[in-house]
Amino acid sequence: MSEPNNRRPYRVLGTTPLREDGVEKVMGQARFADDVFLPRMLHAAVVRSPHAHAKIRKISTHKATAMPGVFAVLTGSDFPTLEPTILSHSDASTTDDLKDISENCMARDRVLYDGHVVAAVAALSRHVAQQAAEAIDVEYEILAPILDIEEALNEETPALHEDFTPGQFVLQTKKASANASGFEMNIGEDQDAFSTAEVVVEKRYRTRCVHQGYIEPHAVTVQWGSDGIMTVWTCTQGHFAIREQLSIVLQHPLSKIKVIPTEVGGGFGGKDLIYVEPAAALLAKKTGCPVKMVMSRAETLRGTGPSPGAVINVRLASDKKGTLLAADLELLYEAGAYPGGPVGSAGLAATSRYKISNQTIRGVEVLLNKPKMKQYRAPGGVPVNFAVESTIDILASKVGIDPLDFRLKNAMAEGDRMVTGLPCPKIGGRELLEAVRDHSHYRTPLSGPRQGRGMAYALWFGAGKTSSVSMTVHGDGSVLLNVGTPDLSGTRLTLSMQAAEVLGIDVAEVSARVLDTDSIAFSYKTVASRTTHSTGIAVYQAANNALREMARRAAVYWDIEESSVAITRGSFSDLGNPSRCLSFFELAKLLEKLGGPITVYGNASPGSNGCQLAAHLVDVEVEVDTGKINLLRYTAFQDAGNAIHPDYVSGQMQGGAAQGVGWALNEAYFYSEDGKLLNTSLLDYRMPTAVDLPDIETVILETPNPNHPFGVRGVGEVPIMPPAGAIANALYNAAGIRMTELPMSPGTVLEKIKENID
Amino acid sequence: MSEYSRRVQVTINAREHEIDCEPRQSLLELLRDGLQLTGSKEGCNDGNCGACAVILEGKCVLSCCVLAVEVDGAIIETIEGLSDGLELHPLQSAFLQETALQCGYCTPGLIMAAKDLLSHEPNPSESRIRHWLANNLCRCTGYDRIIKAVKKAGETIAASHE
Repeated sequence: MSEPNNRRPYRVLGTTPLREDGVEKVMGQARFADDVFLPRMLHAAVVRSPHAHAKIRKISTHKATAMPGVFAVLTGSDFPTLEPTILSHSDASTTDDLKDISENCMARDRVLYDGHVVAAVAALSRHVAQQAAEAIDVEYEILAPILDIEEALNEETPALHEDFTPGQFVLQTKKASANASGFEMNIGEDQDAFSTAEVVVEKRYRTRCVHQGYIEPHAVTVQWGSDGIMTVWTCTQGHFAIREQLSIVLQHPLSKIKVIPTEVGGGFGGKDLIYVEPAAALLAKKTGCPVKMVMSRAETLRGTGPSPGAVINVRLASDKKGTLLAADLELLYEAGAYPGGPVGSAGLAATSRYKISNQTIRGVEVLLNKPKMKQYRAPGGVPVNFAVESTIDILASKVGIDPLDFRLKNAMAEGDRMVTGLPCPKIGGRELLEAVRDHSHYRTPLSGPRQGRGMAYALWFGAGKTSSVSMTVHGDGSVLLNVGTPDLSGTRLTLSMQAAEVLGIDVAEVSARVLDTDSIAFSYKTVASRTTHSTGIAVYQAANNALREMARRAAVYWDIEESSVAITRGSFSDLGNPSRCLSFFELAKLLEKLGGPITVYGNASPGSNGCQLAAHLVDVEVEVDTGKINLLRYTAFQDAGNAIHPDYVSGQMQGGAAQGVGWALNEAYFYSEDGKLLNTSLLDYRMPTAVDLPDIETVILETPNPNHPFGVRGVGEVPIMPPAGAIANALYNAAGIRMTELPMSPGTVLEKIKENID
Repeated sequence: MSEYSRRVQVTINAREHEIDCEPRQSLLELLRDGLQLTGSKEGCNDGNCGACAVILEGKCVLSCCVLAVEVDGAIIETIEGLSDGLELHPLQSAFLQETALQCGYCTPGLIMAAKDLLSHEPNPSESRIRHWLANNLCRCTGYDRIIKAVKKAGETIAASHE
């Protein structure tokens, strides 16, 4: 790993301390959602539709109810009926219609995808619950499923929903046809940009539905007290989000729902929406017992929200010197059974790393009989980055310019107009591409035949949103930091580090917790690469508030004016008598006499978290007999703004690249002709293993984000974007074949190789 | 427990247990639900993720694919038995120091699988480690740091034997 040089003068930031919660994790003591055991706890199982599209004629539950050990059965009729409900506040946990979310949790009169829940049962054990679920008899009237984008857009295809609330994730879409809604963004006045351009490339790409693949399946335990207070233990990226959704779907007041976040075994955008939580809650209410519901792997793949497949048309124009003049993109993304997929965020990120003065970007999301699509690390960004970065290489080759030089020539910089019409904020795009050019990987010749090198470049926006923290300085000098953003990968430490930096103390003196919804003020979810950035700003505020309050106490102690206390790097001194000085620790010891421990708060709602930029460089070798692509060398470059914990930044880059490689080479949902998901195990849904991946070298750059006190940028999402494009470009350079579909699995590559020979 | 329950005697982390199991229960269920040794994780329940790996009679197995009644009389080691509570096992220390975990869910299984490897081969090559751990999925890290941690732990263990 290359670490950033020119390290600014920080004491804690940029070091690599060990995480406090790590010890429990390596000892097997960390408490994940399935590790919750309560007295009298029952286990729930659900019945899932085996059909992609059907009317529910009748549900017979009497056999299940009569089984020994069965306590309660639940169907859609037990759920409150909702009117369309869209949350309009800026920190809304979902932009989806909560009526859709409710029906996604439990079907009412129709099932809309293979795996849609139709009933639930609570019993003494998981086995009994599963047996009882199998004994529930559901009569279906099978309907024709809509399974692909073109079919859904065909005017002859019937509407999946009589009416629907168009999706509005990141961008508001408008109903465009029976099964589609869309948006269009335009900049530039030149109507003739394409017809007058010297070089134009047009290409159509297709990608498939993939899953986030977190190793921990969804799990929840709910206790519904006789006082009406519902307590929920679950693994989630946003416990306030779960509370809000449960409140609306179950029509239960927010004040009577307490969500306790457990450790989370991976989320990647897939764990912030309710699935089985409402059913577990209603079963807990019915039975008076706590109810635990754990999804199997097959249920997780069939019944949660994967990332949509897409069809993308890209048209790019440049002059003969390689200056990009115009872009025209059409993004057709699956929405699944309900609206609200990530086409809007895909549209925003489609071209935003390049300066292109004339652009049209149309996004369409399409309703069909697959699970309701969901965010997955840089939501929607992978398919469109693959499409655009592949087309950029084709264009560069037509113009006759090296692809890296082409990207450098057209790289967006601060002040350039983005497709939104807004000026680009401060980013280090050119610096990042120059780092690729100057790296030994880029300069080392390839070592054999059928090898090729490729790159791709990506920008992602992320989000700011609200974070709340509280901080207590105890009389022994130790500091408790409480936050409301779940920790998916080590953010308790990156937040403690920011606190320690401000307080002027050792990071080991700060202990961080993620508190439940009753115990800390509202915080938005851990999504959109926001926690180290946005919660970090709240921590910065709280730590400064703590210093101010300590200074006030020092003033009391010395009997001087507050304004006469100077604070420098964790020590307090009397400006009028500089020989009087107290360290943070010494002053903390006096707190008991000066009014007791100090508790302060921090709250931040930044508008963004600065742009994240990544460029990946990969060497591949193609096995021409099998079509298998082997990765020989991989280097990921990224601008972290300020790498608080360089090992964690590097870990995000490697993990994101690994997921991107899986998406590029192997992962895809396979459906039968009647819409049943065929690969419902991790044997058939093939994620990268340790032997599939090379060492992923990481190079971290730091262009400070002007909107964070330490310059932090979001880090987590962007590294998933470049792998597919980089590998596709490398494959072209290795074998002369241009893949326009993901995954580039051996079979599809082999087919292309044969086509090429013919 | 049903009428089919069977009493299973088993030594786990050097402690003897007697517990009633149903024939359909897996070793993973015995550990997690029966004895509340929740360090072993369920990620797939069909032998494809490795999160439930434990050491049975000196050999790494996936506890979701072993029936509880099969382990009658056996000696089992789980993640909970690796450290005496005072000092971490070299693998546990190395995973921490090498930042080999993010969410930590796959970590117990990886550590147990790696322990089995190192007990037979204290100094495996990187390629050997990658192949050995190919049955353990990690979705967060991209594996590099895990491989380095196992390598480092092997060196630490070898050095302590010298």
